[in-house]
Amino acid sequence: MIWDLARRLHAAGVLGINRRNADYMLVYNERRRYPLVDDKVQTKRLAQSAGIAVPELYGVIEIERQVRDFSTLIGDRSDFVIKPARGSGGNGVLIVSGRHDGEFARINGQSLSVAQLEHHLFNTLSGLYSLGGNPDVAMVEYRVDPDPVFAAISYLGVPDVRIVVFLGVPVMAMVRLPTRASGGKANLHQGAIGAGIDLASGKTLTAVWRNDIIAQHPDTGGPAGGVQVPRWDELLLLAARCTDLTGLGYIGVDVVLDRERGPLMLEINARPGLNIQIANATGLASRLRQVERVRTSLADVQSRIAFARQAFAAG
Amino acid sequence: MSNRSLYTLVAILVACALLMVGYKVLVLQFPLLPDTEVDAWDIEVGLSFVAQGGPVKVTLYQPRQGSPYAIVDERFVSQGFGFSSRRVDGNRQVVWSARNLRGEQFLYYRATARTGEATAAAMRAPPERDDPGFTGAELIAASAVLAEVRAHSADAETLVVEVIRRLASGAEDGNVGVLLGAVPSRLRRQQVAARLLVAGGVPARVVHGVRLETLARSAAIGHWLEAYYDDNWHAFDGQSGEPGAPEGWLAWWHGTAPLVRVTGAERVQTQISVGINKESALVGATRREQMATPALFDYSLLSLPVDTQAVYHVLLTVPLGVLVLVVMRNVVGVKTFGTFMPVLIALAFRETRLLWGIVLFSLVVGLGLFIRFHLERMKLLLVPRLAAVLIVVIILMALISILSQQLGFYRGLSVALFPMVIMTMTIERMSIVWEERGRGEALQQGLGSLLVAALAYLTMSIPLMQHVIFVFPELLLLLLAVVLLLGRYTGYRLSELLRFRSLGKPAQ
Repeated sequence: MIWDLARRLHAAGVLGINRRNADYMLVYNERRRYPLVDDKVQTKRLAQSAGIAVPELYGVIEIERQVRDFSTLIGDRSDFVIKPARGSGGNGVLIVSGRHDGEFARINGQSLSVAQLEHHLFNTLSGLYSLGGNPDVAMVEYRVDPDPVFAAISYLGVPDVRIVVFLGVPVMAMVRLPTRASGGKANLHQGAIGAGIDLASGKTLTAVWRNDIIAQHPDTGGPAGGVQVPRWDELLLLAARCTDLTGLGYIGVDVVLDRERGPLMLEINARPGLNIQIANATGLASRLRQVERVRTSLADVQSRIAFARQAFAAG
Repeated sequence: MSNRSLYTLVAILVACALLMVGYKVLVLQFPLLPDTEVDAWDIEVGLSFVAQGGPVKVTLYQPRQGSPYAIVDERFVSQGFGFSSRRVDGNRQVVWSARNLRGEQFLYYRATARTGEATAAAMRAPPERDDPGFTGAELIAASAVLAEVRAHSADAETLVVEVIRRLASGAEDGNVGVLLGAVPSRLRRQQVAARLLVAGGVPARVVHGVRLETLARSAAIGHWLEAYYDDNWHAFDGQSGEPGAPEGWLAWWHGTAPLVRVTGAERVQTQISVGINKESALVGATRREQMATPALFDYSLLSLPVDTQAVYHVLLTVPLGVLVLVVMRNVVGVKTFGTFMPVLIALAFRETRLLWGIVLFSLVVGLGLFIRFHLERMKLLLVPRLAAVLIVVIILMALISILSQQLGFYRGLSVALFPMVIMTMTIERMSIVWEERGRGEALQQGLGSLLVAALAYLTMSIPLMQHVIFVFPELLLLLLAVVLLLGRYTGYRLSELLRFRSLGKPAQ
């Protein structure tokens, strides 16, 4: 029975962790290039110099002493996001959407005193949220004003689009929709919804919430399938260019859609998760093999995108 | 492809391991199964002390030559010391001496005890006249006890038994109380018994020895009595009075003097280790075929001192635990805290045993988590908070030890053997996972770690595994090959079959 299931998964081209690590990450992602994506400050600066749109960086807090100068750094902005530069899985991300009487308001309605905010910054600097617990820096950046397209199917937070890019070719995409259970965060393991996206058209396909296929958002009741992601061409182009930016062969690019500024690249992940396969009800392995076969014939970004839209169209 | 070089390397490793094991088994006839018939033990005494700068003199009794064990292959490791061997009161004694010595010094005595090849010369040596040394009140009490005991005995043998029983009876009446003093030790009782017997005309002495065990890094010294009558020495159990030397004990020396005496030095430490002499068990077969001891032994683990061998006995099983860990993580897909944490916990289980290990581990981690959650409210910085958790862990361990001592379950004392830093990191990681990913995920990883630790412990403690890996350390190459192969295992993990099962539905 177990063998049978393994065989069926293999036939469906499902990629497992062992194969992802051994045949893709270890082969196509050079270790020395990891710092480019593990440190979000570096990724952001790299992207800016290449003309890739990112959320504006207000400032970086690097040492404990700078925490006291936080109020001058932030000025009178009432909207901003604090992130660990080396965080993973959305841990340690603090979204502030307003302030009254010297207190900050978090996106989930909680209010936050200056002392609590400073404690969060200290924790970030000491490495509480960073990979491996190493000392870290805190980034303060523009809070994305999400495009209303997903308003009906997300609860708080900012939905983001995750595109897995292999050798410059987008191979699979999904949109991650925050729910009440995920506390406004867009991470699937925290309870966000993942909805697969048809690479050809940019329309959402099936949606998955905690391993179940769902038709509607559990909090808002909006239909999760058939939603057209706006500016899909731009999104694909932005994601595909990230490979040239980092030199990493197998990455997951996280993009958010801002109401005014359009697609903004949030971060690049050199160890993208495998849940995207469940959201798309499709295996990654067969698509990756397809790309490996034709990689030499795809010279520029446009031809890579054209290949992806033609080869990985839904249905 | 890199895969080809990997498979070549694996093939070479496997071939090497199998060839060496094959040679040892087929040509040298090493036993594949642990031998239950043991006929030789390694005995080692390690002495360490700090010399004061003046002359230093060290005396050490050597194990008694005679039935039922023959002492062979005696070796004395003593740098910078002159040394001589002599006989004192029927005991064998080695004397090390040096004129000007300063600083920490180490002396070793190693020997092999063999069964069945001995003459009992020492046993038959007639006694010298001895003075029981009773004076004043003791003399009066001794005479009274002797008179009482004599009335119940017919000959020397029954006198010995009666004296032992009288002293062991526990009735600390006037006379016996005067002789034994308050709260007498076992040794004290036997020494008084010996003196009473001497006073009563039966030469007697206390014999000291060690128990020959599979492996003991610090063997304790035990005592029994010997009495001389019918032209021979006869052994008696010093507690029960039963005739005969205790089974499985090696007689070392007799008399009232301690095993080791050191003058001109301080901080003297003595460690006695005992272990099965594997070499003799192993060469048994080849000796019979008139072969010389292969040079292989000089460059094998068997040539190491007994207590170092004991360390490797443990160390060599660690790769087995690591293999279990690799399989559980990469093939089954069990989540654990930290990479090697489960193996370290499994090592601690060796001392605590499985059930108590799990209970104690859960107790410390559970209590630690509880306190960690309270620390969380105080908003402490990372490093001081980790330090605080570490201190709490040590306090918890001490409390559990004290409590279990008071309640009388001594297994609880072994909590001290848990690696405290690992426990601290486990508590920290678990509390972070708990808060960020929920209780379910934290408990899942915690239980996963315990499961892997338990499986690793069970694998590491299979006696056959321990024997085979110690006698054939070449098998580590085989383990290495397996781990290398697992490093290129790109199939699904069992847990992934569950995770992706919706994708494996038969095509609609």
